[in-house]
Amino acid sequence: METLFFWVFAAVAVTASVLVVGQRNPMYSVLLLIVSFAALSGLYVVLDAPFVAAIQIIIYAGAIMVLFLFVVMLLNVPTEDAPVGYHARLLGGAGPRRFGAVLSCVLVIELAVALVQLTPARLPSGEAARQPTVYEIGLKLFQEYSFAFEATSVLILIAMVGAIILARRETH
Amino acid sequence: MLPEPTLNSYLALSAVLFSIGTAGVFLRRNLITILLSIEIMLNAVNLTFVAVDRYLQSVDGQIIVFFVITVAAAEAAVGLAIVIALFRHKESLSPDAFTTLKW
Repeated sequence: METLFFWVFAAVAVTASVLVVGQRNPMYSVLLLIVSFAALSGLYVVLDAPFVAAIQIIIYAGAIMVLFLFVVMLLNVPTEDAPVGYHARLLGGAGPRRFGAVLSCVLVIELAVALVQLTPARLPSGEAARQPTVYEIGLKLFQEYSFAFEATSVLILIAMVGAIILARRETH
Repeated sequence: MLPEPTLNSYLALSAVLFSIGTAGVFLRRNLITILLSIEIMLNAVNLTFVAVDRYLQSVDGQIIVFFVITVAAAEAAVGLAIVIALFRHKESLSPDAFTTLKW
């Protein structure tokens, strides 16, 4: 059962992500990315991490993606500009674009090499699998990681002020 | 029948998602799609954290994922504010429209 869920969610996540990158219309990209995040959330449930699965849905799919949707609707630019000049060809293009394509190919090769060299490691299951509860996460978050937690609140405040100042319409 | 997922399956899935995100950042010419690709990459890393966490039977990875998501939220808010400010100046979302540091 777990196996089936893993493959289904993995297929959905990869397909949705490929479509996000392949879409010309940013609106469809955002909606497909929500599908991808939902699939990842399912994978977190398969991995016995209900806390992460919940915040993935609530914060990512619920808050961040809504922010993206608002901006896409606010800017009202339905499709990407048509390819012009040297951007028309994917790998044949000049300069930074070809450089970027080569760099992503190098990354793919590196990751493939690294993964092939790994010996398969089975995840602990059954009696051996002790599932950390949300209670344990909370204890650790507010004891060991309390400084990082408080620092995060300052970060959020700064981001909020910065976003308001950046997006403000100049009145003078 | 489908093979049972091991830690390596999760790492491979994460690598695939990360590569898709990288390709998106390099190949797309729309600032919003580029930001979405960055989110895909952040999620790929989160999946690695949770999978290794499950393998090691610990909770630290999940706490780091919590912080990653918080930082991603801050990044999305500031990034989108910058996109809105840029769009007001040039009426375009193509990164090629913004080649000067000052105008």
